Amino acid sequence: MATDSGAPTGSFRLSMLLYDSRYRSLTIQVFAFFVLMFGAAWLVYNTKTNLEALGKPFGFDFLFNTSGYDIAQRPIEYSSQSTHLRAAMVGLLNTLILAVMACVTATVLGVFAGVLRLSNNWIIARLMTIYIETFRNVPVLIWIIVTSAVMSESMPPPSAFRGADPSASMILWDSVAVTNRGVYIPAPLVEHSLGSLNIPGVQLSLDAIAFLVVVALSIWVNRRVLAHATKVQNATGVRPATWWKSLLILFLPAIVLLYAMGFHLEYPALRGFNFSGGIQMRNSLIAMWIGLSIYTAAFIAEIVRAGIMAISKGQTEAAFALGLQPGKTMRLVILPQALRVIVPPLISQYLNITKNTSLGLAVGYMDLRSTLGGITINQTGRELEGMLLMMLIYLIVSLVISTVMNFYNDRVKLRER
Amino acid sequence: MKKSVFLGTLATAALVAGYASATTLEDVKARGSLNCGVSTGVNGFSAPDANGVWQGFDVAICRAVAAAVLGDPMAVNFVPTTGQTRFTALASGEIDLLARNTTWTFSRDVDLGFTFVGVNYYDGQGFMVNRALGVSSATELDGATVCIQTGTTTELNLADYFRVNNMTYEPVPIETNAEAQQQYLAGACDVYTTDASGLAATRASFENPGDHVILPEIISKEPLGPLVRQGDDQWADIGRWTLNALVAAEELGVTSANLEQMAAGTNNPEINRLLGTEGTLGEMLGLDAQWAQRAIAAGGNYGEIFAANIGEATPIGLARGLNAQWTQGGLMYAPPFR
Repeated sequence: MATDSGAPTGSFRLSMLLYDSRYRSLTIQVFAFFVLMFGAAWLVYNTKTNLEALGKPFGFDFLFNTSGYDIAQRPIEYSSQSTHLRAAMVGLLNTLILAVMACVTATVLGVFAGVLRLSNNWIIARLMTIYIETFRNVPVLIWIIVTSAVMSESMPPPSAFRGADPSASMILWDSVAVTNRGVYIPAPLVEHSLGSLNIPGVQLSLDAIAFLVVVALSIWVNRRVLAHATKVQNATGVRPATWWKSLLILFLPAIVLLYAMGFHLEYPALRGFNFSGGIQMRNSLIAMWIGLSIYTAAFIAEIVRAGIMAISKGQTEAAFALGLQPGKTMRLVILPQALRVIVPPLISQYLNITKNTSLGLAVGYMDLRSTLGGITINQTGRELEGMLLMMLIYLIVSLVISTVMNFYNDRVKLRER
Repeated sequence: MKKSVFLGTLATAALVAGYASATTLEDVKARGSLNCGVSTGVNGFSAPDANGVWQGFDVAICRAVAAAVLGDPMAVNFVPTTGQTRFTALASGEIDLLARNTTWTFSRDVDLGFTFVGVNYYDGQGFMVNRALGVSSATELDGATVCIQTGTTTELNLADYFRVNNMTYEPVPIETNAEAQQQYLAGACDVYTTDASGLAATRASFENPGDHVILPEIISKEPLGPLVRQGDDQWADIGRWTLNALVAAEELGVTSANLEQMAAGTNNPEINRLLGTEGTLGEMLGLDAQWAQRAIAAGGNYGEIFAANIGEATPIGLARGLNAQWTQGGLMYAPPFR
């Protein structure tokens, strides 16, 4: 008795593409692919035709023309005679400065708020709940604008610091001035500068590089000392005292270097219309920084809380049984394990901060969106090119952040065998 | 086989959609309303009144064009634009006409692909400071913090002026006039700079206008005018000649008060041609004979519009100055209606 499997034999017919389940899925995929490609091609073609109809050839030549506008916050040398490309670079640096500042404060605030929300102290836990729920449920743009408005409306103008009996005064031993135009803080300066490294387009201060190198070396030597102490402890059971060695190694070289270079602080002083000297953190920067930090910190707090709660209670109990105090339990047992749950969503938050810096336009922070994507586009009329370039830059920055954070995630994740 | 037919149809439809676009005049008539780009609110030039109806000097141009084309001065959709969004709105076709105190410059006309249809206000950039600062000239502004609207010519003029005079300044970029006003009054900037007419309009809305001075220096030429997209000459002509009709009406003594009487026929052939009782000027534009009558009836002639919105009798109190008729020593000069 031969059972026929029912598979049709015979030659391939065109209708099988539609009615035979072996081929149908392929047909649908090929068709969908063509529709997609056709759609993309139509978009590109349409854009090109319409740009030609408007008499606007596609090109990036405008980047090398004189920009003509000034930027208040410029980390690198820039004037209205520089090119649009240079303006875009200034904008990119401002974006990165803000992103780094906001990521650091958001992480610190977020970890504190997340841990404290799990506190056994009823008041602290509830206060943190209120903070988190208030800040993450109101759009970040509103926090930014509120901060900006508070800074410009309720802080004294620089003129209030003037006169024999000024109505406002500087804080922290006359070193910091909080005005409605920003916060002026002392600037670190050196007397015997080592000069600067001139790479075309950028000037790197050798003083800062020397300082960073010395600090990095100190940290490295300190780690060697600690590793040696651990080795001795493992061999003999007695840990040699290291605290004075660490202190000496970490701080002495840096202090000697700073003394040799003649390090001093330049305090802001009222001259003319404004304070001069020191570093001005403009209102726009402060508003963006505070707004982004407190908003994102609320999300990070929840991520941290989720990470901690993902660790079974048995771990805490085991640590307590070993006699560890609650603080040490958190630091040595819970947080290291929680990190593998915390880091992946944390990467998204860092990416969010970086992309949200583009809200700077709302308070006049001259980031990439305000320079390249704002004034440059407006003055040159190259919307398409500017937007494409801006998308590309944000994409690259985001991918770099992801890569770095994924690398870190690989380091902290649980080793499974 | 059916599929290829379908794809072919799709491709043809797409191509046709890409090419076939009606003229702006046809679009506006089909829509029954004019999309007009204005500012987000500068008193006297374009701002909604207490009833939410847009009023002002720039708004009057929109209303005159709507009256000429559609017969109804109220058939206008006002689209508020900022200094940054205005050109994109016009280039993309979101608006048909931009009347937003926009300076006529070479690159905007030639490179950005717009056509300026004329000048409705000859202006120049000025500075406003608080009287308490004791500043009497723009040359004393070294080191000052200056509020500027981004995406404007004022931004570029400001950079040039301070560079040429070897002075430094701290720019505070601002999106809208209202925001600038708030920052300036809060003292977050020492100086507010924009077109002198805009400064006067802004100052007039302050609680104590007398506390603020407009410095005597005018640092640029700012011919402000309405503009349209390049490439539709008929639509540009309609905008240009509507504006000219308002100016010519003032020169010829046609006002909203005597319009009906004049429209019945006069012994001045130029007035007759303007108001359509003689000649076929309206037809040449693609409109009817009474187009200019309706444009003038919408808000009066140029002089009446000026007096009603920004003139000396209004809180803004601008003198005619350069904007007087050429016969009065000003620059307002409409080409002949012939």
